[in-house]
Amino acid sequence: METIKKNRISPQKRLVNFLVHLLLATLSVIWVLPIVWIVLTSFRAEKGAYTSTFLPQGYTLDNYIKLFTDRTVLNFPKMFANTLIISIICCVLSTFFVLSVAYALSRMRFGFRKTFMNIAMILGLFPGFMSMIAQYFILKAMGLTEGSAVRIGLIIVYSACSGLGFQIAKGFFDTIPKSIDEAAVIDGCTQWQVFTKITMPLSKPIVIYTVMTSFIAPWVDFIFAKVLCRANADQFTVAIGLWNMLQKEYVYQWYTCFAAGAVIISIPIAILFIYMQRYYVEGMSGAVKG
Amino acid sequence: MKERKITALNALKHGDLLTRLSAVLMGIGIIGHGQLVKGLLVFLLEAAFVLYMINSGLSCLALLPSLGDREAEKVWNETKQVYEYTMGDNSQVILLENVITLFVIAGFIALWIVQMRHSYRLQLMKEQNEHVPSLPEEIKKLFDGNLHITLMTIPCIGVLIFNIIPLFYMISMAFTSYSKEDEHLMLFDWNGLTQFKRVLNLGGNIGKQFWSVLKWTIIWAIFATFLNYIFGMILAMIINRKETKWKGLWRFCFVLSIAVPQFVTLMIMNIMLQPSGAINVLLQNLGLISSPLPFWKDATWAKFTIIIINLWIGIPYTILQVTGILQNIPAELYEAARVDGAGPVRTFFSITLPYMLFVTTPYLITSFVGNINNFGVIYLLSAGGPTYVGDTAGQTDLLVTWLYKLTIDQQYYNLGAVIGIMTFIVLTAVTLITYRNSGSYRNEEAFM
Repeated sequence: METIKKNRISPQKRLVNFLVHLLLATLSVIWVLPIVWIVLTSFRAEKGAYTSTFLPQGYTLDNYIKLFTDRTVLNFPKMFANTLIISIICCVLSTFFVLSVAYALSRMRFGFRKTFMNIAMILGLFPGFMSMIAQYFILKAMGLTEGSAVRIGLIIVYSACSGLGFQIAKGFFDTIPKSIDEAAVIDGCTQWQVFTKITMPLSKPIVIYTVMTSFIAPWVDFIFAKVLCRANADQFTVAIGLWNMLQKEYVYQWYTCFAAGAVIISIPIAILFIYMQRYYVEGMSGAVKG
Repeated sequence: MKERKITALNALKHGDLLTRLSAVLMGIGIIGHGQLVKGLLVFLLEAAFVLYMINSGLSCLALLPSLGDREAEKVWNETKQVYEYTMGDNSQVILLENVITLFVIAGFIALWIVQMRHSYRLQLMKEQNEHVPSLPEEIKKLFDGNLHITLMTIPCIGVLIFNIIPLFYMISMAFTSYSKEDEHLMLFDWNGLTQFKRVLNLGGNIGKQFWSVLKWTIIWAIFATFLNYIFGMILAMIINRKETKWKGLWRFCFVLSIAVPQFVTLMIMNIMLQPSGAINVLLQNLGLISSPLPFWKDATWAKFTIIIINLWIGIPYTILQVTGILQNIPAELYEAARVDGAGPVRTFFSITLPYMLFVTTPYLITSFVGNINNFGVIYLLSAGGPTYVGDTAGQTDLLVTWLYKLTIDQQYYNLGAVIGIMTFIVLTAVTLITYRNSGSYRNEEAFM
């Protein structure tokens, strides 16, 4: 009796199911289409930003080759190297800052704790650009806006304030039972040992999450990099390079290369993202609980 | 002996000679009570502070009221037979130095209080024959009971120098005449609330622009936040349905768009929606339209386009975030609703939505704040345009993008600073009101 009931689906239900799947298929096409389009464009043989057909007429690998060999106008390999150096150093510094602050706020109890969290909340309400110009002036006063010092300036700016982004990591640390720490302390661990030998190994997901987010940041920021680099083409990061390729003077020659560059930086970021997606979800649901 | 609180004031009143002496010669009390290195460090810091004040701090503070008024001049040099330029004052540098000096003074006062209290504490410890910790012991404690000091110091210094000081500097600019208007880029003065009045005055040109930008910013933030939220939730529920097949595939399709860096997708969208871009070409080739659609040329079209593209960007994030929470809704609630004969729509509005709103209010506030400050979407899509001739703000500019244009493009720094402060005020008001009215604040156990 039970099995027969299960197998029989009413026609109305079947129609609903069909419509749902149709809807999901349509939406998926809408969501995937721009990405497919950019991949196709990156292999397009015709030059220029605008073509009279939606799909390319001919396919070629030249755009990728030009991107990595043409160093005269927009030196993409150099930009790539710049961004890589900046992001590796930032990644180390920011990860250290974020995890330190998050751990201290989650595990230690001290007078300044609540104040710090309130200040962080208030600072978060100011638009980021408010301080951008002033940061530029401060870096200028330090002599970090000329020549290769720009790189140091960018590293400082990307990592200096990262301590304020502690919420997700703190939410994660909050979920680790305190009794583990207490047991370790009874066994003679210092707080430092608890942090490095006990909490860190238990927090692999959030460490990976923090490392990846801080590694990605310099690849996708073009606003501050643009303000700091100005016309200093030697110090450009990938994001400014891609942005420049779409400006009037370059767009005809470089549009398809832009697509190629976009695909190239998207692939590693996409892989990182798909890999860390579940940590992202865990971090979010942790933060919501608190 | 009566227990006294360890404060700087008590240290002055009841401290011994060494403690009181450290009010002038900082660190002397700490050295006298047995912590040589710490005391020396404090003393050196005081010496550095005094040197700084003598060398530049005092002369800098003297310029604070006027912000400098020597203009750069051409002087005829007889011997070389050429005009030479003398360096005039640069008000912007003077202002920056002053902000830094004020922070240094504040830091010094804090150090003074801390060392007074510490000296007094050491003195009391000695009087009660307690053990005064030695340097190695103190260092050991930095990795144990005082670990938070070790962990927080460097990040805090970073935030102070590259977030708090710049913020104060920018706020102080709002009260000056630092602007390209009337050539006040080198020399400028304090001019009180002039710019604030200008921005809030409905009659003036700037005032009109401000109110229209503010209106659009709020409309945008409401639409962007709630449409993303509702549609994302509905999609997540549809994917989660028991009968839906290939769940992983659908989720992958949506999540793929997050994996591509946002600025790349936004630039692609901008190009695709140009008059001769891919979308118009596609529609024309299909014969659906005869002339290109004005996605960015017309203010209303631009606003709709931005909100819709933002749905494309935002819905996948909502799907990611709410999927887990949706599965946490107690099944009995749905069961009861079904028994009572509620349809899917009724169930959504009476059970799912209230539950989700209750749990995710903090997330909603964060995303609302994020949308008000959503620079990338507007700047890369419409760049704030279309713009009326003579205006600095376009029809689709948000407060942040206007702030960017005013400071970076126009160099109206004072006006930009005022807009920044206004944004902060709007955000604070919205956050406080929503938070206080939210279910999770008023009744924490509604769904427990």
